[in-house]
Amino acid sequence: MAKRIVILGGGTGGTLTANRLSKHYGDDVEVTVVDRDDDHVYQPGLLFVPFGLADPDDIVRPRQRQLKKGVAFHRAGIDHVDIDGDEVHLVDGTVLPYDLLVVATGARLLPDETEGLTGPGWGEKVFTFYDLAGATALHDALERFEGGRVVVNVVDLPIKCPVAPLEFSFLADWYFHDRGLRDRVELTYVTPLDGAFTKPTASRTLGGMLDEKGVELVTEFNTGEVDGEGGRLVSYDEREVPFDLAVVIPLHGGAEYVDRSPGLGDELGFVPTDQHTLQSKVRPNIFAIGDATNVPASKAGSVTHFEGEVLLRNIIRFLDGEELDASYDGHANCFIETGFHKAMLIDFNYDTEPVGGHFPAGVGMPLLQDSRLNHLGKLMFQWVYWHVLLPGRDIPGIRPDMPTSGKELASH
Amino acid sequence: MTTTTIAGQAVDRNDEGFFEHPEQWTEDVAVEIAKEEGIDELTPEHWQVIHFMRKEYVEKGTGPTVRVLGKTSGVSVKELYQLFPKGPAKVAAKIAGIPKPRGCI
Repeated sequence: MAKRIVILGGGTGGTLTANRLSKHYGDDVEVTVVDRDDDHVYQPGLLFVPFGLADPDDIVRPRQRQLKKGVAFHRAGIDHVDIDGDEVHLVDGTVLPYDLLVVATGARLLPDETEGLTGPGWGEKVFTFYDLAGATALHDALERFEGGRVVVNVVDLPIKCPVAPLEFSFLADWYFHDRGLRDRVELTYVTPLDGAFTKPTASRTLGGMLDEKGVELVTEFNTGEVDGEGGRLVSYDEREVPFDLAVVIPLHGGAEYVDRSPGLGDELGFVPTDQHTLQSKVRPNIFAIGDATNVPASKAGSVTHFEGEVLLRNIIRFLDGEELDASYDGHANCFIETGFHKAMLIDFNYDTEPVGGHFPAGVGMPLLQDSRLNHLGKLMFQWVYWHVLLPGRDIPGIRPDMPTSGKELASH
Repeated sequence: MTTTTIAGQAVDRNDEGFFEHPEQWTEDVAVEIAKEEGIDELTPEHWQVIHFMRKEYVEKGTGPTVRVLGKTSGVSVKELYQLFPKGPAKVAAKIAGIPKPRGCI
């Protein structure tokens, strides 16, 4: 009987894994992808929606159409996974037995876990751009905005795309300039970190960039309450930041069914996963990819993409009874939109922080400095995403492990 | 890295004040480091958090973040800030003698 592989989640990780498996095995395995809806959102596009730079309709496509023929798509919510019985129980009553399970259900926003965040003012002067409805509502609010205090607040890590809130600040600076309002807007970036970003060299560069653009930086601020009515963020140590418009990145956790599946997730609902093989630490026949894991890499599409190659290899090895390949190095690669039609590129892994130089080699796109070329790269990436990355093709010249040629590695 | 003798015990700490070698920790050392951090007396609630952090470190290889502490230690995030006003995860990690929690990616 053909082996049954069930993939939970039809987003970036689930789709590219299903397509790679289908390409490798043809009809020799049964691949089923489960998702509760048929809306595949190109999440990097969410950043552009509030500024009118992307149309919500353009960044959503049907999930099923991104899957190769031969991959089954089952549209239903997931009730729970029985990790001892090797079965997935769906909300519609279906039970899917599996030989191998891939968890690819990403991260979930948890705005309700922060006091006051979804209370009075939510959707009026308190927003998030981390989902489509929020990004769309924020677009309307920005269009109406005529001046005042705008704060961008990261409640706590981990979050998806940790650079996106910085990009939002840079683009907001550009947006208000463009509308002739910049001198009437105070921009403040409020973070629980001790600097603009997690990695020291990039943190200095990005912090300098906030400064250049006149964005005030408030650090080590652990948001305890968002008071929408009173227009203030309150930290646990009782500091306050006032606002007229707040853009808040809520707490993240894993998908809801993970909490309902005994033994599957950690206290935040992420799946404990080996950071080099992507096999879960929960059961040998459960693997995980992308935002759904607890590996210490950014929750970002590039990470998912690079993990995809290692995951495919390890699924094949696992089904053949061979030893797994522990080669995922934590490689992440992010374009950081800096406004005024420029962008910066950072490239790093578990052991190497983002540094200067060029990508992917000595000649290429500049690292850790903004340029028009990087901005074009970022815009072009949406095409690459739908046509190369999701179908499971390799991007020419881009390997899953982090390149070192072209990097200024002596500089730190 | 700096080596200092605290409560008769040689302790290696990095520039930020986190332990390089968690096995150098003793409860007497914790009492002295707490004083450095402005906590004159460690209450039973402090010790509950400190022991929890060490247990988490041994099991998981990293100390918990404030959010995870609030969910799993039996002490709420609000209370954690009352116990360690300068930041529960960092200050408690220093007093518990474990490296800086790796939560930030």
